[in-house]
Amino acid sequence: MYRNLTIRQKQIVWAWAFLALPVLFYSVIRFYPTGNAFFISFQDWNLLGDRTWTGFDNYQKLFADPVFWKVFKNTFVYLLLGTPISLVISFVIAYHLDKTRFMHGFLRMLYFLPFMTSAVAMAWVWRWFYQPVPVGLFNNALAGMGIPQFPFLQSTKWALPSVLAPAVWAGLGFQVIIFMAGLRAIPRSYYEAARIDGVSSWTVLWEITLPLLKPTIVFIVVFSSIGFLRIFDHVFNMTTNNPGGPLNSTKPLVLMIYETAFSSFDMGYAAAQTVVLFLVLLVVSLIQLRILRDT
Amino acid sequence: MAVTEIRPTTDALLKTQAPKKPANMGQILRWMLLFLGGVAMVMPIAYMISTSLKWPHEVYNLQLIPDEPHLENYTYVLEDGRFYLWFINSLVIAIVTTVCNVIFDSLVGYTLCKFRFPGRYIVFIAILSTLMIPTEMLVIPWYLMSQQFGWLDTYWGIMFPGLMTAFGTFLMKQFFETVPNDFIEAARIDGLNELQIWWTVAMPLVKPALAALAIFVFLGNWTAFIWPLIVSNSVEMYTLPVGLSSFGDEADVAWELIMTGAAISTIPTLIVFLIFQRYIIRGVVMAGLKG
Repeated sequence: MYRNLTIRQKQIVWAWAFLALPVLFYSVIRFYPTGNAFFISFQDWNLLGDRTWTGFDNYQKLFADPVFWKVFKNTFVYLLLGTPISLVISFVIAYHLDKTRFMHGFLRMLYFLPFMTSAVAMAWVWRWFYQPVPVGLFNNALAGMGIPQFPFLQSTKWALPSVLAPAVWAGLGFQVIIFMAGLRAIPRSYYEAARIDGVSSWTVLWEITLPLLKPTIVFIVVFSSIGFLRIFDHVFNMTTNNPGGPLNSTKPLVLMIYETAFSSFDMGYAAAQTVVLFLVLLVVSLIQLRILRDT
Repeated sequence: MAVTEIRPTTDALLKTQAPKKPANMGQILRWMLLFLGGVAMVMPIAYMISTSLKWPHEVYNLQLIPDEPHLENYTYVLEDGRFYLWFINSLVIAIVTTVCNVIFDSLVGYTLCKFRFPGRYIVFIAILSTLMIPTEMLVIPWYLMSQQFGWLDTYWGIMFPGLMTAFGTFLMKQFFETVPNDFIEAARIDGLNELQIWWTVAMPLVKPALAALAIFVFLGNWTAFIWPLIVSNSVEMYTLPVGLSSFGDEADVAWELIMTGAAISTIPTLIVFLIFQRYIIRGVVMAGLKG
C-alpha cells in the first residue's frame, strides 16, 4: 500500500501520523474544555446536585454582586500599577546596564536572579518582611530608625501594593533581559549618525532608542499585562489566613474564581467568572496592540 | 544571539569624540547605582537563605550573616518527610513534562514547518488560537474531567494539562525555519524515513532552541501553583509550592522553618541558573523574542 504512494502522498501520511496524538491532545485538553467552560457558565450546578440550564442568570448575578465589582477593580489596579511601574524600572535598569561594561555579567545576574525563584516561596518571604514588630524585617528596620510602624498587609489601603511589590520584583529580571536584547538590536549606524550630528544623549534616547524599541515595548506591555491580570500565587500565599483580605482589598479575579469553584463548589457561577476573565484578557490585549502599534 | 556579542556600548560610541577623561565620574556613579540596585534585588533571596540558617532567637534581628549558622532547620524540615516527598513529586512532574514538551512541541513545530499537507493551515491556526485561552478558564473543566476519569490526586492529573504547549510549538516552528530544506532532501535521498530525519537531522540543528524550551517548561512546572493546588488532595501528592503553602499556613510554624522550606524550593533552580547562566539568558531572549 504505502509503497504505491507518490512522494507527496507519503508526506501527507507522515504529517498526519506525527500530528495524530497532538491533535487529539489539543482537542480533548484545550478545545473541549474551552467550550465546556462556556457551556457550564449557563448552568446552575454545585457539583453534587443536578445541573439546570439557567441562561444568563450567572452573569446577571455576577454583575449585581458588589464583591465582583470590587474584585474587578482590584484586578485592574494590579494591571494599572504593575505594568507601568515594571516597564519604567526595567527600562531604566536595562538602559544603564547596556552602557556598563565593568562586571556587566555579574550585575545582570543580580537583576535576573529573582526571575528564577518560585512565586510561592517568595510570597512567603515577603509576607515575613511585612509582618508587624517584632517579627517583620521592614517594620523592625523602621523601628530601628525610630519611624512608626507601617501596616503593610493589615491595611485595606496598602495591602494591594504590598502584594504587588513581590510580583513586580520577580518579573523585572526578565524584562531587563528582553529590553537589553532590544537595545542591542538597534543598528549602530543610527548612533553614529547622531554622534556626527552632535545630538545630546537625551535626544538620542527619545528620538532614536525609544521609537526603535517599540516592538520590544509592545511585547513587554502585553506580556506583563496578562501576568498582572492573572495574578494569584502572590495574593493567595500572602493572605492565606483570609484569602484576598483584608476585606477583599487584595482579591483579584482569579482568586474569586478559585474560591467560587473550589470552596463554594458553585461551578456554573465560577465558569461565568472565567468567561469574564477571558474577555478581559482578550479586550485588554487587543486594545494595547491597537494603541501601541498605531502610535 | 546578540546578547553575548561584544560590541562597543552605545555610550562609548557617543563619547568617542569627546576628549578622554581619566576617570568618568558619571560612569562610576552609574555603576555604583546599578550595583546597589542589584544588591537590593537579591536581598529577599539573601534574607531567605540567611534566616534558614539562624536559630529561632536570631530570626527577628536584621543581621544578614547569622551569628552561629547551622543546618538544624534543614534537618528538622527534611526529617519530617513531607518536604522530601514534595521535592520528589515536583522533580518527577517537572522532568516528565519537560521531556514531553521537548518531544511533542518540536515534532508538531517541525511538521507544520517542513511538510505540505491538506489541513496544515487549520491545525496551525487552531493551535495558535489556544494561546488566547487563559489556564484559569480551563481549570474547572479539567477538574471535572479529572474527577470523572479518576485522575484527581495522581501525577497524571497534575501533569496532563501541560504535556504540550502552543508556545513551545511556535517557538520550535520558528527555529525549524532555519534548518535548510536541502538537508532534509539529502537525508530523504539517503533513504532515511521521516521520523529518522526529524530526530537525527533536524533536531540536532535546533539544540539551542530545545534548551530554551526545556528551561522555560521546567521552571514553569517547578513553580506551578494553581492547578496542582486544585488537583492534589492528599499531602503525599503535593508539589513543593502547594506543600510550602500548606506548611506556611500551619499556625505554629516558625518563620525560620518557613524560610527553610522556601529555600528548599528555590535553591535548586538558583543553582541550575548559576551553572548555566549564559545559556539560560540566551534562551530567555530567544523564547521571548521569537515565541
